[in-house]
Order: sequence, then structure tokens, then C-alpha cells
Amino acid sequence: MLIDWFTVIAQLINFLVLVWLLKRFLYRPILDAIDAREKHIADELADADEKRVEAEQQRALFQQKNVEFDNYAATNMAQATAEAKIEKIRLLGLVRHEADALRNKLELALKQEQLSLQGSLSERAQKEVFLIVRKTLNDLAETSLESSMAIVFAQRLADLKEEEKDTLKNAFKEVNQPLIVHTAFELPKEQSELVKKALHAIVGDSVEIQFAIEPTLISGIEINTNGQKIGWSIAEYLTTLTQHVNEVLESRNEAQNLDYSSEKDQNKETVS
Amino acid sequence: MHLSPDQILYWQMGFLKLNATIVFTWLIILVLVLGSMLITRKLSSGIQRSRWQNVLEVVVITINKQIEEVGLSQPHKYLGFLGSLFLFIALCALGTVVPGFEPPTGSLSTTAALALCVLVAVPLFGIQEQGLWRYLASYTKPTIIMLPFNIISEVSRTLALAVRLFGNMMSGAMIIAILLTITPFLFPVVMTLLGLLTGIVQAYIFFVLATVYIAAATSTQKTAAVTPSETL
Repeated sequence: MLIDWFTVIAQLINFLVLVWLLKRFLYRPILDAIDAREKHIADELADADEKRVEAEQQRALFQQKNVEFDNYAATNMAQATAEAKIEKIRLLGLVRHEADALRNKLELALKQEQLSLQGSLSERAQKEVFLIVRKTLNDLAETSLESSMAIVFAQRLADLKEEEKDTLKNAFKEVNQPLIVHTAFELPKEQSELVKKALHAIVGDSVEIQFAIEPTLISGIEINTNGQKIGWSIAEYLTTLTQHVNEVLESRNEAQNLDYSSEKDQNKETVS
Repeated sequence: MHLSPDQILYWQMGFLKLNATIVFTWLIILVLVLGSMLITRKLSSGIQRSRWQNVLEVVVITINKQIEEVGLSQPHKYLGFLGSLFLFIALCALGTVVPGFEPPTGSLSTTAALALCVLVAVPLFGIQEQGLWRYLASYTKPTIIMLPFNIISEVSRTLALAVRLFGNMMSGAMIIAILLTITPFLFPVVMTLLGLLTGIVQAYIFFVLATVYIAAATSTQKTAAVTPSETL
């Protein structure tokens, strides 16, 4: 008999024990480990998915912020450029204005210097001219000329208007001092008498008349008393001439200054 | 010359006896359980794991997948029984390469015991899955006339299971034993290799057939899957 029933039962029990033992020590732990690993992997994948989604969100946010920042920077840059341009134009204008002002000032100074140089030159020339004239006339002057002058002087006294004569007379009366007749040279007697006569005819015989030599007159006769002066001399003419020339020069300088000022104003208007 | 390891007796006391079948079965149980305990003692649930754990996982997952492929939708429930069948029979077959090893499956008592286990397990799983009446009613399908034939089929296939495994394992051991006496050197080695292959195939067949029977019993409709496997 190939089947031994005791062995069959023993093997049945053995197999059942094996099944139980393997379930306990093999299948359950292994399956648990596999399940745990699968769960672990699934969890990690889910976590990774979650992180990926989060990362995507972060990336989107970051990109948006980047774009915003770029836009902001571009706007700021454009604004700054525009402002810089405006500032540049303003500063350039300011500098140009200052440069113009400086140039004008310089021009004015140059012109004034030129003017003053011209003025001093003309003054000097004028002085020189009068010096030469004075010297020439001084050289030319002599007694005969003085005599002629005395005649002319007497004549002029005689030709004075009545009011002028009265004024002269009154002036001399108030002074009550001897009249002094200044001449450049000593007059010959005839001429001095002529002058005396003419004077006496105006102021009266009571007034004493004296003669004095005054070389600065160059040539001519002069009577001075109490602020009144009657005279005819070359020096007088020269003085009058000098005054006239000065007046002419001054008026011309003033006219030039005025021209220059108006010119400067025009320049200023152009700049602004 | 023994036809069955049952005949090798180590100890006997009246009815109780300790033959080679029982002793080698215990040895295999010891190897399987100790190996499993050693490996599963330090299991890792992370990505990194030991090679032995990997081997066990591959074995368990493969068995699981096979059960699922045959048609059991919840393989975890049957893994303990069917996996143990396969591992036990396969290890018995592998043991034949060890000189002096007597495969317990070479004993008709062992194969009968295993077939009896299947015979009992199939209705148990069927009743657990479908309920007692529905399971019993499945014997009367397609008609009540089929009831005796179904019952006969149930018993005969169990017998076939037992005898098929016994025949294959016993014949392998016998052929090697005979060949060893005739051509002692190379030829037995080749036959041993062939015996290994046959043994593993037989383990697979036993396992798949048991699975198919259980699948047939647990499914609400009887499938035709039973018929082709009967021919093996």
C-alpha cells in the first residue's frame, strides 16, 4: 500500500502548520513591507505633485513680479530720461544765459575801457592842442598887439549897452576900491589913458584905476572886481573854446553810452 | 530500493512512526520558516532593501500575480494557502539535487494529503465567497442530473492531483536511482537537471490547478477554465 494514512494525517497537519507559519513569517511581513513602500512612494509622489504645483505657482508669481519690475524699471528709466533731458535743457539755458551775461559784461567793460581810453585821449589831445595854441599866441603876442587890444577894449566898453554899463557901475561903486586892469604886458601910456578914459566914462571919474601885469592872460585886458569881470583876452577865448570842446565830447560820450545800453538790452531779449 | 520515502522508517512506537517523509517535510518547513524569519526580521519599507528581501518580494509578488491572472480578484486571501503549496512542492523538487534527500512529494501520502487540503479548501473558499447554498447549488448546474458527475469530478480531480504529483516526483527519483546503478557518472546528472525542471513544472501545475479549482468555486459562474487544465 503506497498510502500510509498516518503519514497522510501527519503531512496534512505539517502542511497546515507550514501554511500558518509562512503566513505569519513570510507573506504578511513581505506584503506589509510592499504596501508600506507603495504607500510611501505614493505619498512622496503626491508630495512631489503638491510641491510641483506650489513651485508652478511660485514660478508664475515670480514671473509676474519680474514683469512688473521690468515695467516699473522701464517706466522709471523713461521718466528719469525725460527729466534729465528737461534738466539738461534748463541747465544749458542757464549756462548760455550766464555766458551771455558774462560776455555782455565783458563787452561793456571793453567798451567802457575803450571809451575811457578815447576820453582820455581826446582830453589829452585837447590839452595838447590848447597848449600849442596858447604857446603860439603867447609867442605872437607883443606890445603892439596889446595896444590894439586896448583900443578894442576901450571900444567895447564904449559899445556896452546902458543896462550893462549900469550894472558895471553899481558893482564898482559897492566895492569902493580901486579898479585893477590886468594886462599881459605893460600898456603904453596912450593906450592906458584910453582905457582909463573909457572906464571913467562908465564908472565915474572918482574911481581910481590901477594897472597890473598878468602874464596868464596871454594877450588881452581884464577888469576884475567884486565878482564882476570885464575882459577881452585870448586866454578867455581859449577857456571858452576848451569849455565848448569838452561839452561836445561829453555829449558824444553820453550818446555812445546810451547806444550801447540799448544794444545790450536788445541782446538780453534775444537770449531769453 | 524504496518506492516511497514512507518506507524509510527512523522511529516507530506502535501506531506512531517517524518516516523519511515526515522528517524531510519538517526539514523543508524548517528551512522555509527559518529563511523567512531571518530575511523578514529586518524588512525595509523604503526604496533601499536587501537582496534577500528583494528575492522574497519577487517570489511573493510573482505568486500573487499568478493567482490574480488565473482569475482570483483578491489574491491576498488565497496567497497563504496556494503560495505555501507552490513553495513546498518547489522546494521538495529543488531538494532532489542534494544527495540523500528524499523528496516528501515522492510519497503518495504527502501528495494525497496536499490533494485533500485542496479538496477541503475549494468548498471552504467557495462557501466563504458565495455562501453555503449558492455554493452547493453550483453542483446542480447546469441541471440536477449533473450533481453526481460534479461530485465525481470533484473527487477524481483530487485523486488526479495526488497521483500526478506523486508519479512525477517518484518517477524522477526512481529514474535517478536506477540510472545511478547503470551509468553512475554523467547521465544521472543530466537526469537530475531534468528532474529539477519536471519538479518545478509539477509544482507550478499543482499550484495553478488548485488556484483554478478555487477560482471556479469562488466565482458565481462556473468557468470553462477547469476543462483544459484537467488534461495536464
